[in-house]
Amino acid sequence: MEYILMIIGAVLVNNIILVQFLGICPFLGVSSKVNTALGMGVAVLFVMTLATLVTSTLQMYVLVPLNITYLQTILFILVIASLVQMVEIVLKKMSPSLYKALGVFLPLITTNCAVLGIAIKVTEQPVIASHGFSILDSTLYAVAISIGFIVAIVLFAGLREQLELVEVPKGMKGVPIALLTAGILAMAFMGFSNLV
Amino acid sequence: MSKLNILTKGFFKENPSLILVLGTCPTLAVTTSVNNALGMGAATTFVLLMSNILISMLKNVIPDKIRIPCFIVIIATFVSMIDLIIQGFLPALSASLGVFIPLIVVNCIVLGRAEAFASKNPVFDSLLDGLGMGIGFTISLVLIAAVREVLGAGSFMGFTFIPANYNMLLFVLAPGAFIVYGFVMAAVRQILNNVEAKRKAKQAKA
Repeated sequence: MEYILMIIGAVLVNNIILVQFLGICPFLGVSSKVNTALGMGVAVLFVMTLATLVTSTLQMYVLVPLNITYLQTILFILVIASLVQMVEIVLKKMSPSLYKALGVFLPLITTNCAVLGIAIKVTEQPVIASHGFSILDSTLYAVAISIGFIVAIVLFAGLREQLELVEVPKGMKGVPIALLTAGILAMAFMGFSNLV
Repeated sequence: MSKLNILTKGFFKENPSLILVLGTCPTLAVTTSVNNALGMGAATTFVLLMSNILISMLKNVIPDKIRIPCFIVIIATFVSMIDLIIQGFLPALSASLGVFIPLIVVNCIVLGRAEAFASKNPVFDSLLDGLGMGIGFTISLVLIAAVREVLGAGSFMGFTFIPANYNMLLFVLAPGAFIVYGFVMAAVRQILNNVEAKRKAKQAKA
């Protein structure tokens, strides 16, 4: 039950993009078509799950025992950057078709604040309060959060595809009107706010 | 390009968050109050300035192939420094900015300036560029935060002048961030376009 609530909370109530404001760059950058948005979402799911698994393990067995948590930011960003590079190389060799689908998005993810943001957030406060800090919980939370990312970016891409056909005042063209649309989408997501 | 031009181009013409659309996450997240915006702007300016100076100094030492990881380590070092400084001296600001201070590392503005400017230009120019971009980022944050704080909380820099019953809470919540950001961006772009058109008209006359 705890896990179901946690997943609903991460996907709808604390949606990473529309409520927590993480990962806005890909949200605005790669959301002009539903297909590419879905590709980006799957790439984020892949990287965020792996990254949170690795960073939580490091936090538990390296940073805390050695009492060097002040190095967290440097260590995490290095781990994420090298992880992305590694995933790229492995995918290229193991599964060229998947690489073709996700390849272009992978380098973009290094500077995606969602990955580092979630990696840091799960270390700051435990995902399920009664369990304390746990690697399994953190990784599951990362999966749930990235599903929320996919939901938001795919919905938004659908809206933007329609937006292409509409006449917009000159100054509002492009990003400003997209931001207003995102604002209305965020308003819709506010409806979930007391769900859990 | 003149030195003054390098400094001022980041203010409006190449404003990182309003024109180049970089660093959108902090722009949306910390602009609930002007004080937060100023704190975030100052922290980002510090990181931009220091990383630009150091990267520009080291540009001949860093091998080209591994330059991005090197830049990230340099940036992360300064971010950790400012994070610890803020935690130590301004605990209230640290609590309200939260995870967004360590996230300056992945702010595209910082890495973008390192890659596009500091790694190719002399130290003093990079210093001016970092400072200008930082100030431009702060200007945009404060603009957005001012609108959101006045409409949403009825106050400016913590000084309340509209009673709580008349506040539009929506503007401090998540949707308000997107909407105000969109309108401010549209307004600034429109004003810049008008100024540019006027300048061109003047030139054509002369």
